Amino acid sequence: MKVKDIVRTLDAVLLCGSGQEDYVIDVAFASDLMSDVLTLKHDHVLLITGLANMQTIRTAEMSDIKCVIFARNKKASKEMIELAQENEIILIECRYSVFKTCGLLFQAGVKPIY
Amino acid sequence: MHFEYNVDGGDFTRAGYASSQIKKLLKRLNVDVGIIKRTVVAAYEAEVNIVAHAYSGTIYVDVNNGKIRMTFKDEGPGIEDIEQAMQEGYSTASDKVREMGFGAGMGLSNIKKNADEMEITSEVDKGTILVIEMRLNGANQPFNQ
Repeated sequence: MKVKDIVRTLDAVLLCGSGQEDYVIDVAFASDLMSDVLTLKHDHVLLITGLANMQTIRTAEMSDIKCVIFARNKKASKEMIELAQENEIILIECRYSVFKTCGLLFQAGVKPIY
Repeated sequence: MHFEYNVDGGDFTRAGYASSQIKKLLKRLNVDVGIIKRTVVAAYEAEVNIVAHAYSGTIYVDVNNGKIRMTFKDEGPGIEDIEQAMQEGYSTASDKVREMGFGAGMGLSNIKKNADEMEITSEVDKGTILVIEMRLNGANQPFNQ
């Protein structure tokens, strides 16, 4: 699923990553626990989370996660956006709950890691 | 090749900076992407541990003889029972650490899973030394000297 279709499906806001709207994501993982995210062996995973802080972006950087969705209306700070841009990580803000976000994306064909 | 990075205990806004520098370094050295990922995930978990538990620390990184050796030396409360600390799910982390998405007692076991070699020594009320080694074997061995 392309980033631009994810944004449209979730009626969400693309915070950074313009120019990468056609990037394709196949698998997603949802967690607020970064330790869990760091155990993933997959690359290029979409992360859905309600945890909006600098460590979310750092975790994405270390795990080679290309795209992060902040669900339940969590907001990314200016510093988080700058760090994401530096690492070419796409950030999306979405007002839906993590459950609804996952449900809509699953319905649209995004696969779970396991 | 030798590099050093200082880490401040409690400074969560900066946690991960050193690991990010290590990642950039390994990319510049054209290290295999799979090895980079395992290395920086282990490094980041160890760096977060210093921030979460210690007063201060230093990360020493040596890249040579076909391996990456990272030493995480901190000044802090130390670990009373290393075997217990290695158990998945065991944690002494504060609420602040948990709010950052860590502190579930998975860090050390995740480091062990990613590292080729791992050694941890600790002295209560002094600090902890964690050594992680990664082998740069396979087709990509730019550091054999």
